[in-house]
Amino acid sequence: MRSNPAHYEMVAPATLDDVLALLAHAPGVHTPMAGGTELMVALGAGRLATRRLVSINHLRELRFISTDDGLVTIGSGTTFSDVRRSAVIAAEFGLLAEAASWTGSVANQNRGTLGGNIVNASPAADSPPALLAYDAEVRLVSVRGMRTLPYREFHLGYKKTALEPDELVHSIVLPRVYAGWVGYIRKVGTRNAQAISKVALAGLARMEGGRVRDVRIAAASLREIPVRCLATEAAVIGREITAETIQAARVAMMREARPIDDIRSSAKYRAAVAGNLVEEFLRRLL
Amino acid sequence: MAGLAAVRFRVNGVERTVEAPPVKRLLDVLREDLQLTGTKEGCGEGECGSCAVLMNGELVNSCLVPVLQAEGAVVCTIEGVSVDGRLAPVQQCFLEEGGAQCGICTPGMILATHHLLEKYPQPTLLQIQEGLAGNLCRCTGYMRIFEAVRQASERGRD
Ligand SMILES: Cc1cc2nc3c(=O)[nH]c(=O)nc-3n(C[C@H](O)[C@H](O)[C@H](O)COP(=O)(O)OP(=O)(O)OC[C@H]3O[C@@H](n4cnc5c(N)ncnc54)[C@H](O)[C@@H]3O)c2cc1C
Ligand code: FES
Ligand code: FES
Repeated sequence: MRSNPAHYEMVAPATLDDVLALLAHAPGVHTPMAGGTELMVALGAGRLATRRLVSINHLRELRFISTDDGLVTIGSGTTFSDVRRSAVIAAEFGLLAEAASWTGSVANQNRGTLGGNIVNASPAADSPPALLAYDAEVRLVSVRGMRTLPYREFHLGYKKTALEPDELVHSIVLPRVYAGWVGYIRKVGTRNAQAISKVALAGLARMEGGRVRDVRIAAASLREIPVRCLATEAAVIGREITAETIQAARVAMMREARPIDDIRSSAKYRAAVAGNLVEEFLRRLL
Repeated sequence: MAGLAAVRFRVNGVERTVEAPPVKRLLDVLREDLQLTGTKEGCGEGECGSCAVLMNGELVNSCLVPVLQAEGAVVCTIEGVSVDGRLAPVQQCFLEEGGAQCGICTPGMILATHHLLEKYPQPTLLQIQEGLAGNLCRCTGYMRIFEAVRQASERGRD
């Protein structure tokens, strides 16, 4: 059933402080809307539980990409198009730029935001594997102040995050330490441009003396939340990339992947694809 | 019943104010409140691009924009593309190349093409395909559309 817009309220306070004050005043009452590419779909389909919305799309305080010597900080209101236009992201965080280019059509990338992508917390979302691989931190803001959390601790369960009802995601912080690392990212979906992933994998590694010195592997659609694949990482760290290492990584991946069966794919298919992607990543390191 | 919001924005060069529920879709405001029915509804969920308009120079799907978020914006719809009542080059190329059949996807295609040519005046086929990937067409099979875009880019060069 199509919903009636007259049943919904939305306000757009002028500043970030005004929005935070509103959220603090009655936590959980207002749902923030950034680009609306999730919420407007839900609203249109009559699936939106809340009747009260607060627009944060106009807040300049949340739409920025700033750099200093050690960090790149990306405001939560940064759109995927902004991410793709950023020279520093293209140069140093290519996996994120690549993921942004997958996030629906151009029109969708012009509206959809990084903050909305991680708070919506779909297990299949495109930006989380890249953010996990780069060991991003997330900054959450409320009238109580700012707190910083490793991004890998942000997703708690299916569509559940560490965000408190009076908080907004302020920004995502990426450490600029990946010069010399080799990156890999691939999404397997029904078609490239704007299909929800069946499986996506991001890998990042640093080799030293022919061995894997450091490695990060993260995946979407393999569990109920986007995850780092720690067992698979453990299977390759310190090793040379040999047939045995690849085999060990495949086995570890198949074991730690606990994919969901849904209308898009079977769990078995997803685990098999994840194994193939890990192998492709490791061969890239040779 | 929640209240109405007064929203002010510029559409095709004209300052407009509408009173509407704040989450009313920009698509419906354009079609119902402003009688600009060139913008079409296909899917209503961001998948098809037939409702695409330019908002502050960026291509957006108006079915996913609550009108309150258009406050202060500059919006261009298909009605604003022609120049002095004459078809713009992009429109002319769609016409000549058979890039439009039933016409439902066409307004969105034209605006997506505008946005594309703004970014890449001489797009490669791959850039054309990516730029229009969010615009679905059930009639043409896309080849004539790609050709129309290519023609439009050549004319832009003259
Ligand atoms: C046609 C289509 C195709 C798509 N394809 C893809 C795809 O390929 N890959 C993909 O990953 N996604 C895809 N999406 C989903 C969507 O575009 C993304 O998840 C996008 O990042 C959502 O951002 P938004 O700003 O539009 O979110 P909104 O709809 O504004 O919000 C989403 C959620 O995040 C919350 N939120 C937003 N910003 C903040 C903040 N700063 N602090 C706290 N909470 C916040 C909202 O309250 C809401 O719960 C697609 C959507 C559509 C319509
Ligand atoms: S009607 Fe808006 S994208 Fe289909
Ligand atoms: S011309 Fe009919 S949908 Fe494209």
